[in-house]
Amino acid sequence: MQRIGVFVCHCGTNIAGTVDVKAVAEALKTEPGVVFSTDYQYMCSQAGQDIIKKAIAEYNLTGIVVCSCSPRMHEATFRKTAAAAGLNPYMVEIANIREQCSWVHKEVPIGTEKAIILAKAAVAKVNLNAPLTPGESPVTKRALVIGGGIAGIQTALDIADAGFPVDIVETKPTIGGKMAQLDKTFPTLDCAACILTPKMVDVAQNDKIRVFSYSEVTEVGGFVGNFEVTIKRRARYVKEDICTGCGLCTEKCPQKKVPNEFNLGMDNRSAIYIPFAQAVPKVATIDPNHCMKLKTGKCGVCSKVCTAGAIDYEAKDEFVKEKYGAIVVATGFNPISMEKFDEFAYSQSKDVITSLELERLMNAAGPTGGTLLRPSDHEHPHTIVFVQCVGSRCEACAEKGKEYCSKICCMYTAKHAMLIRDKYPDTEVYVFYIDVRTPGKNFDEFYRRAVEEYGVHYIKGMVGKVSPEGNKLKVQGSDLIYGRQLHIDADLVVLAAAIEPDKSARPLATMLTASMDTNDFFTEAHPKLRPVESPTAGVFLSGTCQGPKDIPETVSQAGAAASKVIGLLCKDKLTGNPCVAHSDEMMCNGCSTCEKVCPYGAISYVDKEFRMPDRTTKVRRVAVVNEAVCQGCGACTVACMSGAMDLKGFMNKQIMAEVDAICK
Amino acid sequence: MLDKKELLKEQVIRASGVNPLKCMRCGKCSGTCPSYDEMEYHPHQFVYMVEMGDIETLMKSESVYKCLSCFACVERCPRGVEPAKIIEAVRLEAIRQKGNNHMTANDIPEKVNDDIPQQAIMSAMRKYSK
Repeated sequence: MQRIGVFVCHCGTNIAGTVDVKAVAEALKTEPGVVFSTDYQYMCSQAGQDIIKKAIAEYNLTGIVVCSCSPRMHEATFRKTAAAAGLNPYMVEIANIREQCSWVHKEVPIGTEKAIILAKAAVAKVNLNAPLTPGESPVTKRALVIGGGIAGIQTALDIADAGFPVDIVETKPTIGGKMAQLDKTFPTLDCAACILTPKMVDVAQNDKIRVFSYSEVTEVGGFVGNFEVTIKRRARYVKEDICTGCGLCTEKCPQKKVPNEFNLGMDNRSAIYIPFAQAVPKVATIDPNHCMKLKTGKCGVCSKVCTAGAIDYEAKDEFVKEKYGAIVVATGFNPISMEKFDEFAYSQSKDVITSLELERLMNAAGPTGGTLLRPSDHEHPHTIVFVQCVGSRCEACAEKGKEYCSKICCMYTAKHAMLIRDKYPDTEVYVFYIDVRTPGKNFDEFYRRAVEEYGVHYIKGMVGKVSPEGNKLKVQGSDLIYGRQLHIDADLVVLAAAIEPDKSARPLATMLTASMDTNDFFTEAHPKLRPVESPTAGVFLSGTCQGPKDIPETVSQAGAAASKVIGLLCKDKLTGNPCVAHSDEMMCNGCSTCEKVCPYGAISYVDKEFRMPDRTTKVRRVAVVNEAVCQGCGACTVACMSGAMDLKGFMNKQIMAEVDAICK
Repeated sequence: MLDKKELLKEQVIRASGVNPLKCMRCGKCSGTCPSYDEMEYHPHQFVYMVEMGDIETLMKSESVYKCLSCFACVERCPRGVEPAKIIEAVRLEAIRQKGNNHMTANDIPEKVNDDIPQQAIMSAMRKYSK
């Protein structure tokens, strides 16, 4: 039998104004198990806590009920008080007689009656409480960052700066991501490469950071603090540690007709290639789909010209297994395909391009050496039309576009328009917009500058049709403010394509048991208060894999994710929440329902030998909960049909006892 | 060499001292205009159409005379665009092309009347004189 103490708080007049607290304390005295009951003005104050500590010692209490505010407010306070007096903190129950009682009732008799009922329910629960001890698990002091764009780079640098080793896994032959493809960055117009490549070099030179480029994660096991990850290192046919990045092989390679993905197919590269001059790691990679040696066995020029002897045609994919304490997802985004938007003639004309293609056309390292030329005839365009929201905010066309706002397009379009007017003042630039959305520091001022200083024509309305005629693009759109249809003969049309999460995100989320929304963006643990953590313990989010973001936002989120990782890796041991699910093996029928509903991947099934009453043994399939992964949500206890699953601290019988006490 | 349309735009912008590019098209000028229902083209359209260089359409419209010159739009514009000044400049252009002053300073004393606010007489002067 428990020896329970009841402590009723006045909370000034917050509770005492509508609840007769003395009557509550008096009524609880006769409840089973209660050996002490009192009231006090502020239980959470030092004096109030001393009353609790003294009563625990004096009456040898085994459990306490505090009738006060919401457990969100002071449960932790009173658990600490109990622990200080030598009582297991999980023997404390809070009866919420403020938010759910005194604040919502006006009449004292009604408030008092309800407070007594709520207190009785808490006493009934404490009678069935058992002391709980949180489990502990060790932490592997190494982090994994999946994706080597600006988000992954910043996260890795920040983690390494705190002294922890970090591995970056990047599918491309180099880190750098989308930012490496950009020309200038808003709102300050500094050159993307000038601010990114020093960071890439920092990554390469940091002895705490390993870069697995041209690699991907193929398997993830384990749990927070103890992940086991398999990384596939694709064969690049060039020995990474020997190649000096001199680039001679790329010059001599006879196969030069491979579309260059770094310039979005607007020029060609050789079959052995280095994506761009500042690549990290700066080593060549052989494209096995185009290399004649690998395809037909005839050629071998690169191995002949390589003075370092780095070429290895026999290379095979390798698998690396490594343990990590934390995983950061930074898989980034891609612009959506424009193929389905027939109205903009993207597939019909080379002069209808996406904004990312325009970045390359304006970049000094791009296919035109930084001079803006039409892709079709290499002439200077004199009339350029930008179309915003292509595929964004597109609810009715789910197979073509996305329902959400891609967030970055308004700003980069203002940037493009401004740069073009600055460099080529004889060019007329039109921007068709639905709304101009420029929240952010110095963002709206930037957009206004495009209009007021650079004379970009912003037209409220959408382009309905683009039709190529001769060497012109006939643009037909609406001007809603003027109230008429506009017809513009354009030389170049630039589409602000919606962005979507990288295709690798979905299979990765499955491996990590991290949840995603319907658009394949990773879900954060709390949209406002835990924005860089995934609901799965030990998995963190950085950059556009969580939602559309610009560079300033991505970098701040990357730093935030790093600080969460550092906070985790600093610990030698992880203390879990003891209120976790527990399966009664004798009752479990092995149906797998709990495994399917668990959002954290905490439940697995094992075959276990059981000794039967007749002394034979029988192998049965039963559920096992990994307590380090379980977050105590209770989904499994509701789903379990045989009643085998229970949540410690919130056992079914405890909850039933509370219900019984209320209904009595 | 500017063509006629561009010359007119240049003239209106110079006479009014207004930079129509500053307009962010919120519509507060038209939202505040007491003469809105009387006008074919509303204050925000004046600003926009001047920017587009479509001034002849405005000059032909009755709307230039429907503006009361109350300057509420100027007072309330969040970007300091001063739409009424642009309307005035367009009107001035129309009156100049027609030639005559329709009201002179000498006409003022006989119009002074206790029932008419003096501001209205000044407005009329602005409206009908080049």
